[in-house]
Amino acid sequence: MNDISWSRRSFLIANYLFLGGLAVLCIMPMVHVLAISFSSSTAAEGNMVKLLPVDFTLNAYRFALTKPEFLNSFTITAQRMLLGVSMNLLMTILIAYPLAKESHAFKWRNFYVWAFVLTMLFGGGLIPTYMIVNMTGLIDSIWALVLPGAVPVFNVVLLLNFFRTLPKELEEAAYIDGASHLRTLWHVYLPLSKPALATITLFISVGHWNEWFHGILYMNSPAHYPLSSYLQNMVVMPNSDLLSSTDYEAIAKINQRTLKAAQIFLAALPILLLYPFLQKYFVKGIVLGSVKE
Amino acid sequence: MDIAVEKKQTEAVGAKKRSRWRADYPLHLMVLPGLLIVLVYHYLPTVGIVMAFQEYSPAKGFFRSEWVGWEHFEYIFKLPDFKSALYNTFFIATMKIVAGQVVPIFIAILLNEVGKTYFKRTVQTLIYLPHFLSWVILAGILTDILSINYGIVNQIIQSLGLEPIYFLGDNNWFPYTIVMTDLWKDFGWGTIIFLAAITGINPNLYEAAVVDGANRWKQTLHITLPGMMPIIALTATLSLGNVLNAGFDQIFNLYSPMVYKSGDIIDTLVYRIGLVDAQFSVGAAVGLFKSLVSFVLITVSYALAYKYLRYRIF
Repeated sequence: MNDISWSRRSFLIANYLFLGGLAVLCIMPMVHVLAISFSSSTAAEGNMVKLLPVDFTLNAYRFALTKPEFLNSFTITAQRMLLGVSMNLLMTILIAYPLAKESHAFKWRNFYVWAFVLTMLFGGGLIPTYMIVNMTGLIDSIWALVLPGAVPVFNVVLLLNFFRTLPKELEEAAYIDGASHLRTLWHVYLPLSKPALATITLFISVGHWNEWFHGILYMNSPAHYPLSSYLQNMVVMPNSDLLSSTDYEAIAKINQRTLKAAQIFLAALPILLLYPFLQKYFVKGIVLGSVKE
Repeated sequence: MDIAVEKKQTEAVGAKKRSRWRADYPLHLMVLPGLLIVLVYHYLPTVGIVMAFQEYSPAKGFFRSEWVGWEHFEYIFKLPDFKSALYNTFFIATMKIVAGQVVPIFIAILLNEVGKTYFKRTVQTLIYLPHFLSWVILAGILTDILSINYGIVNQIIQSLGLEPIYFLGDNNWFPYTIVMTDLWKDFGWGTIIFLAAITGINPNLYEAAVVDGANRWKQTLHITLPGMMPIIALTATLSLGNVLNAGFDQIFNLYSPMVYKSGDIIDTLVYRIGLVDAQFSVGAAVGLFKSLVSFVLITVSYALAYKYLRYRIF
């Protein structure tokens, strides 16, 4: 097949150029803003920065990282991740196991499945949910970011479907050996589900890291904002009072634009570091979830 | 009739029930915590939607707030903001659905033609990336590059001798900016499922086509595309449920009062009416309207997918 036709060859060249160009175009905005974050404020202000930093400096990052609000919101995000991810994972595992049973083995299975799946189809919406979160006293507490969304139904369905692909004989053997349900789950199901669990852990970690709206919604004081909400407040609705008057000296060296760019990349950094894993596992997850059988 | 026999039977049934309970109670216990959370934070708000028919005040709660019937609904259906939000939602969401289907199919077919694995991998890596970043981060990037004063996009446009475009502040541009930037975030991600579909096509079909003298274009037209059809039909059917989802996260982070006319959608309107203006019940009524329509659409789309495409989620 080494004599490919002229038209085929020209198509291939055009195709490579098009896809390559498209891919570069896709990340160009990130590269540009990244370059701004490393540039001096005069260069940024003078629109001199294209794809490489001009007058390379770390001033914007230095300033962002010493801002108490930034560090505070980072701590809150860390707490939220710890609580939220472990809670989501626990709920996913505990619910997926009983629901993976056949309905003749666990009579209530179908009832429970519907109880959870219906939540994906219909809900009270923003305002009534806010009222309930308010009534249960979670406003301004970290639990508002964790508890209302503690059951990730989509992931439950994903893990449930994965559990169902495991051979029935294993469970039967464990049962004959007198293992309880919890033991079977812990010693038989979970070790076999590591790839699925890794996928789900990544899903929910990225979800918690990126989620910004609940912070804005349920926290009255910006001092309780997680990083994503702090960033939303800072970047999207630039608030002049966030730069206090004592920062004049710093403002001379950095400007809103370089500072904003630096904060964007600090918030994106964990995602970018995880990206190789994310890509691998998420692709598996999406294929697992959508084109099964 | 022998009473003893009957008694024995009921005892046997009772014993069977008891032993089933004994075997199953750990399973119930496992579900219980999650069920409680869903009950409180999902089903309670679903019941709490009655507030759309009340003059809700947080001090009085769901039980003692005054009932007003359909008043809020009559109010919102006359509200010009609601009408334009409904139209914008529908318009933006529909464009997103169409673009989000067509472009990934097209790119997936082109990617499939790439022979060099490393090139394909690199392209995939780069085009998937925006999917993982939140709209807060992407909006931060977009407001910079699309800025009318200093944005690099407008610098390029001006260097071509054209007038700068206010992408995020001009009502003629805003909806298309939203659709394009949404496409930027997710088209790469959308190719995955179509690439998987192409991989699933039986290679013998292509061999047979080559024997029959079909060139690559003919093969694409008569094998690849028909082979992708089941997945295309499925994703198209399921996307019906998104007709009222124009993307709260994206629009909330990119819009401004200047573009409310073309960019305000139902979700952002609910937020502003219900929480910013503290008209809780009116906001809930708008939200209920959206939930109901979406529920019908999602149910219909799943029913269609189940009936014609034999698709089940669990």
